[in-house]
Amino acid sequence: MAETTHPDQMTGAEIVIRCLEQEKVKFVFGYPGGAVLHIYDAIYKQDHFKHILVRHEQAAVHAADAFSRATGEVGVALVTSGPGATNAITGIATAYMDSIPLVVISGQVPVPAIGLDAFQEVDMVGVTRPCVKHNFLVKDVKDIAVTIKKAFHIAKTGRPGPVVVDIPKDITAHLAKFSYPESIEMRSYSPVIKGHSGQIKKAIKLLLEAKRPMVYTGGGLVLGDAAESLTKLVRALGVPVTNTLMGLGGYPSTDKQFLGMLGMHGTYEANMAMQDCDVLLAVGARFDDRVIGNPSHFYSKDRTIIHVDIDPSSISKRVKVHVPIVGDVKSVLQEMNELVEAEKPAQSPALKAWWAQIESWRSKLCLTFDNSNGLIKPQDVIQKLWEVTKGDAYVTSDVGQHQMWAAQYYKFDKPRRWINSGGLGTMGVGLPYAMGCQFADPKAQVACVTGEGSIQMNIQELSTCKQYHLPIKVILLNNRYLGMVRQWQEFFYENRYSESYMDSLPDFVKLAESYGHVGMNIEKPQDVEGALTEAFAMKDRFVFMNFITDQKENVFPMIEAGKGLSQMILANDIGAEDL
Amino acid sequence: MRHIVSLLMENEAGALSRVAGLFSARGYNIESLTVAPTEDPTLSRMTIVTSGSDDVIEQIIKQLNKLIDVVKVLDLNDGRFIERELMLVKVKATGTFREEMKRMCDIFRGRIIDVADGAFTIELTGSGHKLDAFIEGLDKTAILETVRTGASGIGRGDRILKV
Repeated sequence: MAETTHPDQMTGAEIVIRCLEQEKVKFVFGYPGGAVLHIYDAIYKQDHFKHILVRHEQAAVHAADAFSRATGEVGVALVTSGPGATNAITGIATAYMDSIPLVVISGQVPVPAIGLDAFQEVDMVGVTRPCVKHNFLVKDVKDIAVTIKKAFHIAKTGRPGPVVVDIPKDITAHLAKFSYPESIEMRSYSPVIKGHSGQIKKAIKLLLEAKRPMVYTGGGLVLGDAAESLTKLVRALGVPVTNTLMGLGGYPSTDKQFLGMLGMHGTYEANMAMQDCDVLLAVGARFDDRVIGNPSHFYSKDRTIIHVDIDPSSISKRVKVHVPIVGDVKSVLQEMNELVEAEKPAQSPALKAWWAQIESWRSKLCLTFDNSNGLIKPQDVIQKLWEVTKGDAYVTSDVGQHQMWAAQYYKFDKPRRWINSGGLGTMGVGLPYAMGCQFADPKAQVACVTGEGSIQMNIQELSTCKQYHLPIKVILLNNRYLGMVRQWQEFFYENRYSESYMDSLPDFVKLAESYGHVGMNIEKPQDVEGALTEAFAMKDRFVFMNFITDQKENVFPMIEAGKGLSQMILANDIGAEDL
Repeated sequence: MRHIVSLLMENEAGALSRVAGLFSARGYNIESLTVAPTEDPTLSRMTIVTSGSDDVIEQIIKQLNKLIDVVKVLDLNDGRFIERELMLVKVKATGTFREEMKRMCDIFRGRIIDVADGAFTIELTGSGHKLDAFIEGLDKTAILETVRTGASGIGRGDRILKV
C-alpha cells in the first residue's frame, strides 16, 4: 500500500475512514476481500468505529439495515468487488423497498482493469441501478470525500434509501488531501420538507367534518419519526387508526383507538373501516397491493382521500388521491396538530355512530384461535412472547406465516421496534436484523421470530452472534412446512403441497450448541411461557428456541390476492359481511 | 396519448442508462429518446417521446423527477411546442428514379447531401408525421437505408426549460 508521504496527503482508503468518522458512523458491517484490502488496512489502524465481521455479505447489509431501522441513523456496509458485491444485492434491494437509509461501499477492480472481465469484476453500478436510490463509481481519489458526503446526504434525506459507492482498488491507494464538505448543495436534488398550508387546512376541515373518518399510516411515519405527532392528532380527533405491516408501532397498539394492522392479513375491523370510511387520512403509506387489495373493489365505495407523503411519486400511483400533501410527515402532522388544537373538536353524533359500527366489527374477535388440541399454537407463542418481554422487545422476523403472526399478536407500542422486510419480503433477514438491533441497543431484549425455512437462509450468522456475544433470542416457530406456501397450496391448489415441506432439518438445539449458544426444544403448550421466561432471564446468552408448532395452523383473516378489502376469509368462517 | 417529455440532467456517466432503465423497469413506452449536451457542458438535454394514459404520464414525470441526476423535467404537451426530427434516407437513383427522387426531395424541402452513381442520400427535417409521409410517398423498392434521430422538442415563445 502506498505510504503517506506528504503530511497533508493520505490514501483513498484513509479518506474513506475519515469520511465515516465525520459522519459519526458507529458500526460498519462488512466482509473483506481483494478489492477492499487497502480499506481494511486503514480500518485496522483506526478506532473511530467498530467493524462487525459477518459470515456472508447479504447479512452485512441486512444488519446495517436493521441498525438503521432501530436507530434512524444511516446504516453502513462494506463489501468487496464481484461476488462480495452481488451477495449484497438482496440486502440492498430489501432496504430499497422499505426506504431504509444505507451507504454500501463496495470495492471494484482497479480503474485500468474495468471492463476487461477482470478477476472478481462485476458492474456494481449497473447491477444495483434498479434497487438503489442512487449510486456512484468513484474514479478519482479527489472525489472520494465529496461522493461519500453526497451518499449520506441522499440516503437520509427526502424518501430515504440505499446508496452504493463503488470504489476501485487503485483509487484507495492514490494520495490526496482530505477535506470533508460541511454541507452539500445539489441542483438536481432538493426534497420538499414543508407541506402546502392550504392543502393541510383543507385536510383538517375534511377530517373534522367527516362522518366516518379513518387514519391509515405506514412505514413512512416510522421513518419520519412522526409517531408522537400522529398519536397526538389521532387522540385529538378521536378517530380510528390502523397501521400497515411496515407502520406497526407508529401508533400504540394497546390503545383503544387502534384497530390493528390492515391488509391481506389485517384485522376485520381495520379492513372494514378502511373500506367503509368517508374520509381517509393516509400518512407515509402507499396503498400497495398487500394493503388495499384490488383497487377497483376499493373504488366501489366513495371516500375522500388525503395523502401525506415525502415522495410525490407515491401519491396517486395505485389509488387516486383527492388531497395530496407532499412533505415531511412530521412537519405536516405538527401543522395539522396546531390547527386541530385551535378547533378543540367535540365528538359528533356521526363519529359516535361510526365507533359503534367499528365496535360491532371488533366484537367478531377475528384474531381468536383454537388453543385446545394439545399442540403449540404459533399465535400463543407470540402472545406469550409479548407478555414475557412486557411488550418492550425489538422483534425481528423473517418472511411467511410467522411474520404475520408476529405482526398480529405482538402489540407494538413504540416505533422502530418491529423490524421486518415488508416490501421485498426477504426470507433470511431475521437473524441479521436481530444482530443489527442488538448492536443498536446492546442492553435491549431482541427476539427473532422465524420459521425453519427462513432461519436456514442465513443460519451461518450464528457464528457472528457467537463472536460478538449477542444475547439474541431466536423464536423458531417450527411447523416443518414453508407455512405460507403450504397455506396457499391448501387454499388455492387443492392441498397439493408441492415442495413446501421442510425435510432433513438439523437438530437445532445441537446446532446452536455447536456455536456455543443455548438451545431449547419446546414441544408442549404448557411449556411455552416457562421456556420463554427462562430464555429471557439469560440476559447475556444467545438462546435458540425451537418451538414445535401445529403444522395445520393458518393465518387469518386473509384476503385472497386480487380480492377486495372487505372480502376476508376468517378463521372458522365467522360470518363476514361484504360491504 | 403521445407525449414529448424534455429533461435536463447532469452530464454524468450512466445518466442515460438511469432514464432508460426506469422506462424498462416500470414498463413505460418509449417511442424515441434523444440526448446531447447543452451549451452548458455539465448538462445534457434529453427528449423522450412516450405514450400512455394521463395517470401513466403523471407517474413518468414524477419518476423522472425522482432520479437524482435529473435536474428538470417538462412535459411539452402541457403547452404549445415545436418538434423536429432529422432523417437521412439513402435511395436508389438510377434511371427514372434519379429524377423522381430529386423531385420528391424538393417537394418535402429536403436536401441531397451525397450523390453516388446509383444512389442519393437525402436529408430531411420536420415533424415525425412529415418524415413518415415522405417514406410513404417513396417507391418502397427505392429505399436502400433510413436513419432517424428521434424527435427533439422545444416550447414555443416564453416556455423555457433552463436551470
